[in-house]
Amino acid sequence: MSTPYAKLPAWADYGLIPVINLFVAFVVAGFVVLLVGENPFRAAVILVEGAFGKGTGIAFTLFYATTFIFTGLSVAVAAHCGLFNIGTEGQAYIAGLGIAVVCLAFDSVLPWWLTFPLAIVASTLVGALWALIPAYLQAKRGSHIVITTIMFNFIAASIMVFLLVGPLKPAGSQAPQTRNFLAGAELPKLNWIIELFGAKIHSAPLNVTFLLALIMAFLVWLLIWRTRLGYEMRTYGHSPKAARYAGISETRIIITAMMISGALAGMMALNPVMGDQHNVAIDFVSGAGFVGIAVALMGRLHPVGIVLAAILFGMLYQGGAELAFEMPAISRDMIVIIQGLVILFAGALEHMFRPYIQALFASFSPRSVGMEAVKGKGA
Amino acid sequence: MAQAAIELIGINKSFGAVRANRDINLEIARGTIHGIVGENGAGKSTLMSILYGFYQADSGEIRVGGKPASIKTPNDAIALGIGMVHQHFMLVDNFSVLENVILGAESDALLKRSIAKARSELERLEREYGLEVDPDAIVEELAVGLQQRVEILKALYRGAEILILDEPTGVLTPAEADHLFRILKQLKEQGKTVVLITHKLREIMAITDTVSVMRQGTMVATRETKKTTVEELAELMVGRRVLLRVEKGEAAAGDVKLAVKNLTVRDSRGVTMVDDISFDLRAGEIVGIAGVAGNGQSELLEAISGIRRAVSGSVMLDGKPIDLTGAADPGELRDRGLAHVPEDRHHVGLVLAFEENENSILGYHDDPRYLKGPFLNIDAIRDDARDKIAKYDIRPADCRLKTANFSGGNQQKIVLAREMEQDPGVLIVGQPTRGVDVGAIEFIHKRLIAMRDQGKAVLVVSVELDEIRSLSDRILVMFAGRIVGERGPETTEGELGLLMAGVEHRGAAL
Repeated sequence: MSTPYAKLPAWADYGLIPVINLFVAFVVAGFVVLLVGENPFRAAVILVEGAFGKGTGIAFTLFYATTFIFTGLSVAVAAHCGLFNIGTEGQAYIAGLGIAVVCLAFDSVLPWWLTFPLAIVASTLVGALWALIPAYLQAKRGSHIVITTIMFNFIAASIMVFLLVGPLKPAGSQAPQTRNFLAGAELPKLNWIIELFGAKIHSAPLNVTFLLALIMAFLVWLLIWRTRLGYEMRTYGHSPKAARYAGISETRIIITAMMISGALAGMMALNPVMGDQHNVAIDFVSGAGFVGIAVALMGRLHPVGIVLAAILFGMLYQGGAELAFEMPAISRDMIVIIQGLVILFAGALEHMFRPYIQALFASFSPRSVGMEAVKGKGA
Repeated sequence: MAQAAIELIGINKSFGAVRANRDINLEIARGTIHGIVGENGAGKSTLMSILYGFYQADSGEIRVGGKPASIKTPNDAIALGIGMVHQHFMLVDNFSVLENVILGAESDALLKRSIAKARSELERLEREYGLEVDPDAIVEELAVGLQQRVEILKALYRGAEILILDEPTGVLTPAEADHLFRILKQLKEQGKTVVLITHKLREIMAITDTVSVMRQGTMVATRETKKTTVEELAELMVGRRVLLRVEKGEAAAGDVKLAVKNLTVRDSRGVTMVDDISFDLRAGEIVGIAGVAGNGQSELLEAISGIRRAVSGSVMLDGKPIDLTGAADPGELRDRGLAHVPEDRHHVGLVLAFEENENSILGYHDDPRYLKGPFLNIDAIRDDARDKIAKYDIRPADCRLKTANFSGGNQQKIVLAREMEQDPGVLIVGQPTRGVDVGAIEFIHKRLIAMRDQGKAVLVVSVELDEIRSLSDRILVMFAGRIVGERGPETTEGELGLLMAGVEHRGAAL
C-alpha cells in the first residue's frame, strides 16, 4: 500500500485545508487573548478592521505583503531545488548596500524611473552574490547550506552595522543610517489605486514595488513549472540521485538556484528602502526574511499561495499593530504569538486534519478522491 | 485435515478509499506449510499485517486455535504464538545474535540471566531444527541467509507456533533458499505452522501443502499444492493466461557495441565493489549478469551508465572510448546512444512526485523536441507521453497523473518506454521486473527481446535466476566484484547457483 490515503480534489487540498488550519489557529489564539482578559471576538474585529477596514489599513497590509512576497518567493525557489535558504534575511540586508550605492550616486541626476531599474539590478546582483558563497561551499565542499546561510546572516549584519555607523553615515549625524535620498530615488506610491475604490488614505508606504512583486511571482511560476531550468531544479529537489541519472550537474543547479533565490531576497530591500524610508537604516529587514520561510511553507511553495500567504502575514502585521494600539493588554509580543500559531497550524501541523477530511470525502463520494485512478488495473 | 491453526472470517480493510482486503476467508491447518501468492498490491501483506497486529481489520473475525482472538498489537500476536519474519530484517546490525534474540524479551536489568537462558534455548532450537548460528557473532558480519535465521530464531524464542514469512527468498542464493526450505520442513514436522508469502510460484510448488491465491484484495482460490500447476496459479493471480517463459529465436550477434576492459569501481566507503572486470556486449544479443544482490552488479551498472565514477579501466562505446574515470556524465552517454533503466526506479529512474509526462522526458529534457528556447514545450511533452502510454499500455492512461499513483509494473513501463523509444544502440537494464506483477513481466520480457531482434545490444542485471535464464543469450556470473564464469542460457540453475555462491566449478575437484 504505497498510498494509504487517497488524494483530495484540488479545491479541498489548496482551499479547504488551509482555511480550516487558519481557523483553528485563530481559535487557539482566541484562547490566548481570553487568558490576558480581553474579549477575543472584539480583538478579532479590531485585527481584521485594522488590516482591511480603512484605505490606509489596506495600503499598509499590502506594503508589508510586498516584502513577504519577495522573501517567500526567495525561500520557495531554493526549496524547489531541495535547498533550505535561511539566508534570505542577510541577502536582503546586504542588498540594501547595492541600493544605497545606486541611490546615493544617482538620486540627484536621474528621475526615479531610471534609478529604479539600476537599483533593481544592484539589489539582485548583491543578493545573488551573497548567496553564491554558501551555494559554492555546498556544491563543492558539502558545507551544509543551512549552517552557512545562517552564518552569512550574521556576517551581513556586521558589515551593514560597520558601514552604517561609519562610511555611509553623513558627517555630523547621530543616526546609524545613510542620508535621506532625494526625489530621484523615491518610488511613486500606489495609494491612488485603492482610492479609486473610494477608500481614503492618509499616508501609507504602498509603492510600485508591489507590482514588481506580482510580476516576480508570475516569473517564478514560469521558471519553476515552464522552463527547462525549473524542471532541473525540481528534479534535483525531489531526488538528487534522479538528477545525477538525468545528467544534471549538481554544482550548476545548486549555484543557479541559490543565486536566483538570493536575487529575489535582494529585491525585497527595494520596498522599505526606496518605497518607504528613503534611506538605508540599521536592521531595516527586521525579520522579514524569516517570515518568508513561513510564507513559503504556508503558500505550499506555489507563487499564488505565496502571494495569498504574504497578504495574510501583512494583515497580521498591520492589524496586529492596530490591535496592540487599541488593546493595551495585548502587547506586540502577543501578536508574535498569534503569528506563531498561524505558522504552527498552517505549516508544521499542515496535515493534521487531512485524514479526517479525506475520510469525510471518501464516505460522500469515492470518485472525488480519485479512487478509480489509484485502483487502476495492474498492467 | 488437522485442526485449523488460524481462521480468518470475513476480513475487510480499507485505506481511505482503497479496499485492500475484501471479505477474506482463510483457514490454515495446523502443522502445514501454507502459501499465499498474489501480485503486488493484491493485499497479501495487508492481510498478514492484520494477523500480526500492525493494522486492525475494519470488520471480520480472527480465530487462533479455534478461539476468537483480538490482535491489536504485535505483542498480542506474539502472545498468541504468532511470529513474523519480515522481508526487510528487523535486526540491530551491531548487536550479537544473542542480543538480538532477547531484544524486547529481556527479563533482568543486567541481562545476565536473559542471556544465559537464551543461550541454552538457542542450543535446543539448533538441535531440533538445524538452525545453526554462532550466538556470539555480530549480526552485520553474518551472511544474509544467516541473518534470516536469526529472525526465525527470534520468533521461535518467543514461543511462536505459527510462523509468517514475507518474501523470504528475495535476498538468498539458491543454495541458501534450499537450506531455508529444509528448516521450514523441519519446523512443520515438529508441528509448527508456516505461512509463506511469495510471488515465486516455483517455491510454492516445491514446499507448500496448500496455497491460496489473492487478486485485487480478494481471495480467489485455495488449492492443494499437489493438485495444481504453476500455470493454473499464474492464471488465477493475473486473471488471464500468462506466458511464463517468453519465446525467442536464435540471437544474431553482430559487432561489439560496448567493450569493458579492466573496470574497477569502489563504493563510497572505498571498498572495491567491481574488481577488474572485462566483457564485450554485441549488437543483437542479450547478456545477463547473474549474482546475489550486493556482489557489485549495482556498482557495475552505475559505472557503465556514468552515474558512479570508476577508479580505473577503459570502456569503448561503438569503438570510441568513454572516460568513465573522469568527465563522462550520464547526459553524454545518453547522447551517444546508451540508455539505462536503473535498478532503483523510485529514487533514480523516476521522480515519484512528478506527473507522468514530466518523467517521460527525464534525462532527455534537453532534447530540442521537448523545448521552445529555454521553455518546456508542454504540448509536445504531453503528446509524446500519450503516445508512449498507448504504445506500452501504461495504465491508467493519464499523463497528468502523479507517478507515485501508478503500480510498480506501470512505473517500470514508464521508464522502459522513455529509454527504449529513444532508439538507443545499447540498453542496460537493472532488475527489469523487480516488484513488477506477473502480467507486466511478460510484457517487459517481450519488449527486451524485441529490442535485441532489432539489433540492439542489451545488458540485463537481475537477481532473479529465472529471468536471467529466460532472457539471456549469454550469462555472466558475478561474485565478490568479479566475473566468475560465463555460461549459456541452457545452464542448470544448480550450476549457476554454485557460481553465484562463489564455489568455483572445478569438476571432479569438488
